[in-house]
Amino acid sequence: MQDRKTMLLLGATSDIGRATALQYAQAGWQVLLAARNVEAARREADDIATRTGAEVGVHRLDILETDRFEAFIDELPTLPDTVACVVGELGDQARAQTDLGHATLLLRSNFEGPALLLGIFAERFLVRRSGTLIGVSSVAGDRGRGSNYVYGAAKAGFTAFLSGLRNRLAPAGLKMITVKPGFVRTRMTAGMKLPPLLTAEPEEVGRAIFAAAEKGRADVIYVRPVWRMVMTTIGLIPETLFKRLRL
Amino acid sequence: MTELTGWARYPRHETQLVPASAPAAIRTLLAKCSGSIARGNGRSYGDAAIGERTTLLTRGLDRMRAFDPETGLLKVEAGVLLADILTAFVHRGFFPPVVPGTKLVTVGGMIAADVHGKNHHRDGGFGNHLEQLKLVLPSGETIACSRENNADLFAATVGGMGLTGTIIEATFRLKPIETGWMRQRTVVAADLDGAMAALRETADATYSVAWIDCVARGASLGRSLIYAAEHATREEIEALRPGAAAFPPPKTGRLAVPFDLPAWTLNRWSVGAFNEFYFRRGAAQAGDPFLVHWDPYFFPLDGIQGWNRIYGRRGFIQHQCVIPTAAARPTLGAILDRISRRANPSFLAVLKQLGGSFGHLSFPLDGYTLALDLPVTDDVFPLLDEIDRLVVAAGGRLYLAKDSRQSQATFEAGYPGLAKFRDIRRAVGADGCVASRLSARLGI
Repeated sequence: MQDRKTMLLLGATSDIGRATALQYAQAGWQVLLAARNVEAARREADDIATRTGAEVGVHRLDILETDRFEAFIDELPTLPDTVACVVGELGDQARAQTDLGHATLLLRSNFEGPALLLGIFAERFLVRRSGTLIGVSSVAGDRGRGSNYVYGAAKAGFTAFLSGLRNRLAPAGLKMITVKPGFVRTRMTAGMKLPPLLTAEPEEVGRAIFAAAEKGRADVIYVRPVWRMVMTTIGLIPETLFKRLRL
Repeated sequence: MTELTGWARYPRHETQLVPASAPAAIRTLLAKCSGSIARGNGRSYGDAAIGERTTLLTRGLDRMRAFDPETGLLKVEAGVLLADILTAFVHRGFFPPVVPGTKLVTVGGMIAADVHGKNHHRDGGFGNHLEQLKLVLPSGETIACSRENNADLFAATVGGMGLTGTIIEATFRLKPIETGWMRQRTVVAADLDGAMAALRETADATYSVAWIDCVARGASLGRSLIYAAEHATREEIEALRPGAAAFPPPKTGRLAVPFDLPAWTLNRWSVGAFNEFYFRRGAAQAGDPFLVHWDPYFFPLDGIQGWNRIYGRRGFIQHQCVIPTAAARPTLGAILDRISRRANPSFLAVLKQLGGSFGHLSFPLDGYTLALDLPVTDDVFPLLDEIDRLVVAAGGRLYLAKDSRQSQATFEAGYPGLAKFRDIRRAVGADGCVASRLSARLGI
């Protein structure tokens, strides 16, 4: 039997993170979970280990502490084969409009932190000449809307960063997957009224991510294909009209 | 406020839903609620999992904690689904010690109802296999209970319908299996005497249960198919189905009932025709043992999503009683006779032998249990009241996890452990504070 592959999940206490890590563990991978709340991550690690019999490690990571990133990677037991970043913070758009601290938090935790960290992994993967990166961005980044443009702008930045990274990694044969899940039934969206046809379960997202990264050839995935159509349509609306819509 | 029902979709009650995302959250949520009950996956049939004022949703407590393959000991949070345990462990050669008729229940619910399976006559209920449970009391204190520690609270919580506090964690032992197949044997019984005799004769089998045709009348009253089964060994797979995978994957249901069927769909003729077909098909398989996937053997109805909608908008009532052995034959005969004469007979009827139980409010006792599904109609209530009088006269009782309508007098007559249960509830400060529609209705 060949050596077990290792995957690192950044943002392990989110519902999408949990579902993604479980997919990898079920496929026989060794899993490393990184999160700010180590105790909560431990709960997920025990769950995944019990369900699958896999080894699951827990590592502390604060996505805002960018100066700790190099050390964080150095302290991992191994440089992972796959790194998936599902870190995200929806925040409160209304508050972000007047509270600069909150707006900064959204920009940093959705764009700056995830992008810089995946950037460092990309450099190490290039040296090793292997590795797969996965970044969970958002359909909110496809076009800015009045109801969530601070979050959306951060995700747009992240999407652009990942696109550029993919462009750089492709000649070396390294994979960079961008995931735009659309609506997902998670703690983050609990209580919101979501259209059933556009809303995925976290398990569905986990399965789609694993399939795209480890089996498929897609670069950018919308978990439910209908989202590609929805976002293309939204992208085609002329700005003169778009600015008047309540979205 | 949200309108909530049990699986049978009758009755409906307004309640406030309070979701919990982790065991640690239960403490604070419980302290803030009064007239509150925990609800897992909502598969109790009646009003047991509807809070008097608030309903604490525990599906967020769905993490598994630890498993030891040496001993089979599994520790999980209380909101974990039985289906998830089966998905994770059957292919690794382990099976839960007791499973009810659906896998879409939480472990907390299995403890609260002290569920029984087709092996109750041999192995007892789920509570008999619990090593330990963790309970959050209304005071916020978390207590570990087992047969050795806090034994009284343990016996009150097993089968206690969530009324002693909120169960947050459980440890129990899975049993080793060689394959994911069942070796089933079908016995045909021409009438009720034959069915009871066949259940006694198959009592040495690990699993046994009878399906009764409730439309059959007169000399055929109680005609049945008795299903006895064992977990198949590898040798038996080789003999009966050479080359089959030892652990077939879980089945995912593709059938679904997409809307409420009109109330007239199930009538004497449609049910009669179905039963005739089902009986003949089953009878044709009688005799030689054959292999069945564990999933359809234990959970045939889970294959049809939303099967509770076939009874129409008004919902249905599942009536499950147990009759002590001595009085079983005449009482079951009288019940079946009344059911078989109805224009609207029971679509689903199951007969099974039970052993005893240790929970103060646990349902099983030495005897025979009969479960009936009846659509809600105006005339179903007087009929069931009449049946309840037969049950009480025979020293029997009704299963609280299925109940939505029995009277307080019927309940009190059937559960001699009630006084003790009330004492324990008072002692831990749960009376008044932890309350479901069921506990309010029955004065628990």
